[in-house]
Amino acid sequence: MNAVGHFFQTFPLDLLIIQTVNGLVAGMILALVASGLTLIFGIMDVVNFAHGELFMFGAYIGVVVMAGTGSFWLALIAAALIVALLGAALQIVTLRPLIGRDPLNTILATFGISLVLQNFALWQFGPTARRMPEPITSHFRLFYLDYPWYRIVIALLSAAIIGGFWLFLKYSRFGIWIRATAQDRVMAQAMGIPVPLVYTGVFAIGAAMAAASGVLFAPLVGVNHAMGLDWVLKAFIVVVVGGMGNLGGSIAAAIFISLLESYATIWVDPSQAVIVSFVVLILTLLFRPTGLFVSTPR
Amino acid sequence: MTTAPLDKTNALETMPMGKSKLSHTAVFWIAFSVVIAVLIAAPLVLPEFWRRFLTEVLIWGLLAMSSDLLIGYTGMISFGHSAFFGLGMYGAAGALLVASPPNLWLAVLFGLAGAAGAALFVAFFSIRLRDIYFAITTLIFSQIFYVIIFTWTAVTGGENGLIFTRPHLSIPFLYDARFTTTTMHWFVLAAVTASYLILRRVTQSPFGMVLQSIRENEARTRAIGYAVERYKMVAVMLSGLFAGLAGVLYAIQNQFAAPDFVYFLTSGDTVIYNVMGGIGTLVGPIVGAGFFQLARELLSRLFGDQFPYLIPLGIVFIVMIIFLPQGLLGFARRWLNR
Repeated sequence: MNAVGHFFQTFPLDLLIIQTVNGLVAGMILALVASGLTLIFGIMDVVNFAHGELFMFGAYIGVVVMAGTGSFWLALIAAALIVALLGAALQIVTLRPLIGRDPLNTILATFGISLVLQNFALWQFGPTARRMPEPITSHFRLFYLDYPWYRIVIALLSAAIIGGFWLFLKYSRFGIWIRATAQDRVMAQAMGIPVPLVYTGVFAIGAAMAAASGVLFAPLVGVNHAMGLDWVLKAFIVVVVGGMGNLGGSIAAAIFISLLESYATIWVDPSQAVIVSFVVLILTLLFRPTGLFVSTPR
Repeated sequence: MTTAPLDKTNALETMPMGKSKLSHTAVFWIAFSVVIAVLIAAPLVLPEFWRRFLTEVLIWGLLAMSSDLLIGYTGMISFGHSAFFGLGMYGAAGALLVASPPNLWLAVLFGLAGAAGAALFVAFFSIRLRDIYFAITTLIFSQIFYVIIFTWTAVTGGENGLIFTRPHLSIPFLYDARFTTTTMHWFVLAAVTASYLILRRVTQSPFGMVLQSIRENEARTRAIGYAVERYKMVAVMLSGLFAGLAGVLYAIQNQFAAPDFVYFLTSGDTVIYNVMGGIGTLVGPIVGAGFFQLARELLSRLFGDQFPYLIPLGIVFIVMIIFLPQGLLGFARRWLNR
């Protein structure tokens, strides 16, 4: 009892609030990555192993464009567009021939893509991490910290992109096609929806979202060729915990897991904090295998 | 669930040999003896570098073969074999560092125990999952082991890993001498051959048939009355044990254990060997490992050490998935049977 009392007396409330903000920021970036992944899975039944590499590629293109033009916003848009084109090309060349085969083939093919992209980045940009300057350098006071505004902007931008994407799905013609394909592929095709085009489009959109999050994230830690695996792993966890193919669930799970990891770093080393999200995944698989944030278990 | 790359090779395996007078079994054992004889003689003629190279190919082949039991026969892609391999490695390292003088068989025992522990843990959580969920879960579990090994510096040496001396090759009361690259090769060859024969027996046993039935149609297998989960559990454990043995052999061969080998890339390589060589054939993955390592060696000799060999090999890998899903061995076999 005494120990518990002691724990609460020394409980670092300010640290807790700082970590909440950190967790929310990380969670929004992760949500942006994971929503692309879950979209691709939900529509195409493809687990995109190369998603982390698309994220990494976006970040590199961001670094290069920003170094060339000096404009962060131009870098963000250029990275999203270029990686969207890359994604569309990859989908047409490698995934389209695999439609109708066992889904395991697509996980192998996207794994191959991730290998090639990762080694291409290593070859082109070298093993040392590239840094990207923050576009917004002002800070505000958060307890004893000078907290960068840029992180808050990241969270808001990610939320805006996800919101825009949601509106796109809800109201645009292509978005309606996507939702129709997700509901019933054969019926959608019978109604004249060009399903192959929808597939390619979905992959391109997912890739663009990964690239955008890559650019947003780049100024925080820097960019290297191996960063993809961490992100794709986290995104996998989020997508499974949120319920495969469930957009809202993924966003909730991304924030939930990032907050937990963020709190865990108060007590343990950041490299060990990832184990928290692994544990969440294991518990989810054991008790709610359809996903934590699915309202009606199917 | 019909699996495009999986069903063709096996149909061929049971096909009669056509015009050939010899029975299928006779052909198999003749080919087997020839290959083993060549592999036994190889270190006597090969230069030092290629001797070690061949030994490593056999070790990687054993790792790939162990994962073929899951990919090819049970229809579950494991992206986490690095965990079993790594635990085998660290288990052996632990035994070699603790016991003095270092004992070979103790190392094998510890390594297998480590791999079995890891396999039990992974199997318990992952067998209820299928397809991509299984692949992702095994990948995440292997990362758990990686993080633990990487950060638990006091025991595992962290990033630097563990370095130890090679034990003697000892057969109690009979033989006791230092390993040379030749005896090391023979030792590895014996272990890989024994593993192959055991795995071949397993896949042809009633147990192996049930595994293949799970691959073809899990729901129906369950409906017939087989305890699918229990079969999968044993399959993962067996696969993990042989992967652990590969880890032990690798540790003894190279006299170190490093966290890099527990990292995802090792699992990825294992999957590549399988796909390139031909899944569901047991021998195929060894061929795949040989092909991959040879291609890598040749590319880096032609274009220098810095050449990103994984770009061309990755493209070959993708092309093979699309156009040659039965792998090199399946392709060769179809070509021979034509």
